[in-house]
Amino acid sequence: MPDATGLELIAQALREAEGGDGTSGSPVLETVFFRGRGTLLVEPTRIGAVLASLRERGYTFLASVHGVDYYPQEPRLGVVYELLDMRRVDRITVKLRVASDVPEVESVTPEWPTADHQEREVYDMFGVRFRGHPDLRRILMPEDYEGHPQRRDFPIGGEPVLFTFNERDTMGSPQ
Amino acid sequence: MSPSEQRSSPGMSEYRRREDSITLSPVEEQLGDPEDGHAAGRTQELLTLNFGPHHPATHGVLRLLVTLQGEIVHDIKPIIGYVHTGIEKTAEDKSYWKVIPVVERMDYLAYHFNAMAFCGAVETLLEVEVPRRAQYLRVIQLELNRIMSHLVWLGTSALDLGAISMFWYCFREREKILDLFEMSTGARMHTRYFQVGGVAEDIPPGFAAKLRGFLDEMPGRVDQYGALLNSNEIVLQRLRGTGTLDADALLELGVTGPLLRAAGNAWDLRKADPYCSYEDFDFKIPIGTVGDNYDRFAVRLAEMYESVKIAEQALEGLPDGPHITDDRKVALPPRHELATSMEALIHHFKLVTEGFRPPPGEIYYPVESPRGELGCFVSSDGSAKPARVHMRDPSFVNLQAFSHMAKGGYIADLIATLAMLDPILGGIDR
Repeated sequence: MPDATGLELIAQALREAEGGDGTSGSPVLETVFFRGRGTLLVEPTRIGAVLASLRERGYTFLASVHGVDYYPQEPRLGVVYELLDMRRVDRITVKLRVASDVPEVESVTPEWPTADHQEREVYDMFGVRFRGHPDLRRILMPEDYEGHPQRRDFPIGGEPVLFTFNERDTMGSPQ
Repeated sequence: MSPSEQRSSPGMSEYRRREDSITLSPVEEQLGDPEDGHAAGRTQELLTLNFGPHHPATHGVLRLLVTLQGEIVHDIKPIIGYVHTGIEKTAEDKSYWKVIPVVERMDYLAYHFNAMAFCGAVETLLEVEVPRRAQYLRVIQLELNRIMSHLVWLGTSALDLGAISMFWYCFREREKILDLFEMSTGARMHTRYFQVGGVAEDIPPGFAAKLRGFLDEMPGRVDQYGALLNSNEIVLQRLRGTGTLDADALLELGVTGPLLRAAGNAWDLRKADPYCSYEDFDFKIPIGTVGDNYDRFAVRLAEMYESVKIAEQALEGLPDGPHITDDRKVALPPRHELATSMEALIHHFKLVTEGFRPPPGEIYYPVESPRGELGCFVSSDGSAKPARVHMRDPSFVNLQAFSHMAKGGYIADLIATLAMLDPILGGIDR
């Protein structure tokens, strides 16, 4: 695990590499060091560049991509990327936050093929759209399902279950 | 109503319309270069075959749309979600200690691992120290669970390859492990044995002897499985050189566990990043050489010996002490204290009615499950219920590698590759 200083050094290096010209601002918005683990909160538009430069630093394995809903805070939706350096056995978390009215993030699937199904799951469950994803469809819920069930304001229960006998009623098609 | 009439029915739901739009009829494809005189004008058919979701070789409700070129697999599209039960959503509505039984039901062959990942994450959030005896008891249960999971894999995979007898042998030994679970935890599956801060109760008298008997017997049994399959010409022909994928491609696809180790990469979290006092035990990481189906089979078989060794060491070196943390804000007080201590009664009442409140923060806690890196992400907002629980399930991620493994091979090899992939649909769909 990078210690608190190591995390700041990585964040500083990213700031210099990505926002060095001073026009586009820093890609790292915040660093969090919690329970021995470092997290970088990054600018959503720069996620591809940040992950690419962390890959150069040895974090070559993308362990997990998952979504979080910080309702009622804004920007509400979060996408978390867990990176792993297998040589130094070191993990770092990269996180971004997007608003729920235009939840769009650049897809990292072209560079990290493992993100394919995981980004589809985040889209399915939270409604974050990944630009440039080769096949952004729902993955766990039915394709014509409405809403994104893992959002915090999505109610629990009251969902009709689809069987053959009630298929027409439950799917809301014209009778 | 005839099937064709049903298809065109105006009241048909959008869902059915989409399902019916998948063409299962042959698609003609021009073969060879039209300019080339040799193959000019010849066409061949691509056949889309629907495979599953209810098919005995899919190890659950996995549906595959397989495009075939003759007998060669041209493309595979896995379709999942048939057993999606929203466990992650359910977990958000329960206090932390009530989440344990629901996450156990995700990967239903590795229930102790699911509980370990979740409890580990919550313990890290709370900064609770787990007593050493509890850690060793956890290791015993985890390694027995790993053997049990591999036994189910071996039995059902051999069944897919046409060897029925293996299934009975494997389930005979699995039954013994379930008996041990019943003895130590009170339940055979989904035991809810792991608690935040330790384990639910200490092992009962007689358990150590029974476990020792099983551990003495098991290596001989694994020898027998090896003897049955390793010199079986049919098994060897179906496994050797099929479904090969090298370590670099597997890492790109996020594959971990026995599949990655079969390709020669000795990545195992128990060694690389020890948790739950795995650093105390002496064991080896079996690895393969080329990463074909045979290596995957051999690695898992060898892992059973290593798991037996770990469980033996944990049993021999079992330290004395409490089986759960004595932090009364996290773990329930012992039953006998309730009759004599007012504080114990208050703590019990608070824990049962409300539960504990971890400080706000986010934790990703990975463990090595029988199928690879099982990571539990827990986000706390400071309340008594988790704001988000996510399992990075190895089956879900490993499934992405399946089409890369099976493409270009025979359809018969697809069955073998799927069997050696060892996907658990409960974990994939959650």
